[in-house]
Amino acid sequence: MGRYTFLEDVALADCAVEIEGKSLDDLFETAAAAIAGLMVDPGTLAITVERRIELEAPERDLLLYDWLSEMIFLKDRDAQVFPHAVVRVTGEGPYRLTADVQGGIIDPPRTALGADAKAVTFHQFALEPVEGGWRARVVIDI
Amino acid sequence: MKITESLRGAAQRVDDCIWEIPAQAKPGMLVPARLYASGPLLEQMDDGVFEQVTNVACLPGIVRASLCMPDGHWGYGFPIGGVAAFRADSGVISPGGIGFDINCGMRLVRTGLTEDEVRPRLPQLIDALFGSVPAGVGAKGFVRLSGSEFRKVMVEGAGWCVARGYGWPEDLAHIEGSGCLPGADPEHVSARALERGTEQLGTLGSGNHYLEIQVVRPGAIHDERVARVLGVDGPGQIFVMLHCGSRGFGHQVGTDYLRIFDRVMPHYGISVRDRELACAPFRSKEGQAYFGAMTAAANTAFANRQVITHRIREVFSKVFGRDAHALGLSVVYDVCHNTAKLERHVVDGREQELVVHRKGATRSFGPGEPDVPADYQEIGQPVIIGGSMETGSALLVGTARAMAETWGSTAHGAGRTMSRAQAKRQVWGETLIKSMAERGILVRAASKSGVAEEAGFAYKDLDAVVDTLHRLDLSRRVVSLTPIGNIKG
Repeated sequence: MGRYTFLEDVALADCAVEIEGKSLDDLFETAAAAIAGLMVDPGTLAITVERRIELEAPERDLLLYDWLSEMIFLKDRDAQVFPHAVVRVTGEGPYRLTADVQGGIIDPPRTALGADAKAVTFHQFALEPVEGGWRARVVIDI
Repeated sequence: MKITESLRGAAQRVDDCIWEIPAQAKPGMLVPARLYASGPLLEQMDDGVFEQVTNVACLPGIVRASLCMPDGHWGYGFPIGGVAAFRADSGVISPGGIGFDINCGMRLVRTGLTEDEVRPRLPQLIDALFGSVPAGVGAKGFVRLSGSEFRKVMVEGAGWCVARGYGWPEDLAHIEGSGCLPGADPEHVSARALERGTEQLGTLGSGNHYLEIQVVRPGAIHDERVARVLGVDGPGQIFVMLHCGSRGFGHQVGTDYLRIFDRVMPHYGISVRDRELACAPFRSKEGQAYFGAMTAAANTAFANRQVITHRIREVFSKVFGRDAHALGLSVVYDVCHNTAKLERHVVDGREQELVVHRKGATRSFGPGEPDVPADYQEIGQPVIIGGSMETGSALLVGTARAMAETWGSTAHGAGRTMSRAQAKRQVWGETLIKSMAERGILVRAASKSGVAEEAGFAYKDLDAVVDTLHRLDLSRRVVSLTPIGNIKG
């Protein structure tokens, strides 16, 4: 898996994160781990749920926007968080994502809660190829 | 960064607490930017504020100036504390000027109880409230809604709740817009928004959302005449303050339309300096659809605060063994923070219809304005300013000056001065909860780390913000409120 870093001093009330992956698939998998780690302590989440997610978007960055938005949506609709994902991104526009995700149901107090992510913003939103892989910057409204 | 430094430097003092960045300071600015702040508060504003308030000044149809209130800080799209009005006939509407938490807002409920009566039962009260008002990630509310009932909530707002017994008829007069803004259109709400929000009515959320028990300390009443009109009896009186919004439903409406506006902007020949400012002409098909969906979310937020008020009354009744009416649990007022509303304001001597965006800002209508409740007509609309859970909050009233200067707008809180990560490095949530208990403030929280993020030191000095508003006459100080119990997500 790639790595993610929560950035300080960007949009003070919200949460900015920089995500790096060796490939686009790796970046999307790392992004899932990042947003799950923002919302709960994954170590306190019993991994009991598996599901397949399929998305399509006209641009790569919009696919990332939709992917993270889906994670937030599932948190609210089903009270489920998915720290683990195996992602495959295909196509050259439109771009398609197929992901097999693993996670669990939020179950406080056993699950240690973090921030209740509201949405993915477009503020400073970026996805770009870099030497050795891909990098993204995302500000999450919390 | 050089651009931002020059923008800060370009801010010229034009009045005691008013700073203006001229329209020539950044290419594309159509109007100046105005920041309302004392010198020290301006110094505390981060660079993002200067960048964002001038980005807003570039949006089509903006009238007079792009504004930032004294609690302004770096947000996304608009700064937090940002206010801008656009011509309804030729201007835009932007989700980035409202935020995802549509009609996040404040409600203040008075009680006839004193601290002497409440303090012995405070642990029981806080525990019972924490049990009755679900908070934190993944929380579900107690109200079960079918799709058709949810659509009624979107249109009727707080009125839907009162009709079903979740409130008193007189509550509605003490809510901005009577708890039901016109123009809500469920047809423009996505199925995903419905799915996301259908089980969340009556939930608090997390972040800076809270439910707080507060007391009026001796010396905290700054205007006795106005305080009496607002139901403030005197020192020792207990109030309940609530801060929350439209939950996942509103967040999804914002997400849906940000994606749509991002796609249609080229069609309308609009480009923006921050993609989060994606917008469409207000009178366009997309602009009207968003306005209908956003207003539906705003009404749902009113309903959320109304349902929580019902739970508060239930809990107080149970803990004190008396009916909520007998305990005097009436709504002082309920204000919106994150909205765009169609309002009529005077521009160049002529009344015009404007789309007033307030993001992390509060309406501050003065005495005699049509939407001010009948019993507050002589004093102006109550303005509820949330500070931090450690330091306290404030109740003010709107002014004629705000109507003339800021489209009837004022600040919404103290405003953050440090990131959440910084705050968490400075204190553990458990440590802070213990320290607050020693100071007489009981905290129950779904997330301990969330408590650390909301520590008092992460916010500006509320008194400095309130003093500035009072000096500017954008709102007038009435009462300061001190927390004794807090529930957080």
